[in-house]
Amino acid sequence: MIDFILNPWPWWFSGLVISCVMFLLIFFGKSFGFSANLRTMCAIGGAGKKVKFFDFDWKKQIWNLVFLLGAILGGYLTNTFLTYPDQAVEISENTIRDLKALGFSAPTTIQPKELFSLESLFTLKGFLILAIGGFLVGFGARYAGGCTSGHAISGIADLQVPSMIAVVGFFIGGFIMTFGIFPLLFS
Amino acid sequence: MKFLKYLIVGALFGIVMAKSEAISWYRIQEMFRFQAFHMYGIIGVAVVLGIIGVAIIKKLKLKDVEGNPILFFPKSKSIARYLFGGIIFGLGWALSGACPGPMVVNIGYGFASFTVVLFFATVGTYVYGLIRDKLPH
Repeated sequence: MIDFILNPWPWWFSGLVISCVMFLLIFFGKSFGFSANLRTMCAIGGAGKKVKFFDFDWKKQIWNLVFLLGAILGGYLTNTFLTYPDQAVEISENTIRDLKALGFSAPTTIQPKELFSLESLFTLKGFLILAIGGFLVGFGARYAGGCTSGHAISGIADLQVPSMIAVVGFFIGGFIMTFGIFPLLFS
Repeated sequence: MKFLKYLIVGALFGIVMAKSEAISWYRIQEMFRFQAFHMYGIIGVAVVLGIIGVAIIKKLKLKDVEGNPILFFPKSKSIARYLFGGIIFGLGWALSGACPGPMVVNIGYGFASFTVVLFFATVGTYVYGLIRDKLPH
């Protein structure tokens, strides 16, 4: 039992827990949509004075910001109490080989140091990759009206065609980046 | 106190994102390269259980904890905004290896660099709000 919790969780158990999170929020009278928090943070920062899109009653979204704080806490709790130290992600040999060709060493933790170490962050290229990556996610999520939680999980659970189109878009974008742009960016 | 339950469910979300390794840039790369079933399994199980659960809620007309009927609102019909928005999102997802939820889970996990990713995601949302009238929707 303890071993099950401390090891990485299998896909079927993870999917089950994620759907529990969605249904708990539904039964609390809310809906599961994480990127709405980015809009709320803009509104709290005063963006509503200049831009109408951010002029809404953000106090109704406080529950979602509390959910966000919980997610940060969950990350902390996992790393502190719920995992074996220094566990490398067991990705497939093919992925390790492909990423090696792009200059990434095999995983030693859950994130590549080539992108997420502070040494990398303080280089111009390293900083720009994280900044542009984040920008595209935030811009695209709001343009598409939702992210993975709102479209891929909640929207498709309700069999909504717009969410299926958005998820097709997520994957088109992911393929362009992975197969088209990565070879130019890394080597 | 009424917000405590959201903190707990949020923590459960953070834990499952981290324990499933869905917060890992490596796992997202593996997914976009079709080299493992892992991420597809996670999303697939969540979606299938979601479809069944939502159908049951609608069929039995279930109510939420406050006694209000649970309603699902259809999203506005469009192709352009979902496709273009989705593609832009996907470009960023593959590059940073994180959608908005995993960004904050990574911060909690101890990867401070993700504060930069999250900050620029908020900037991206702001710029969208600024120019949304000029974009096809």
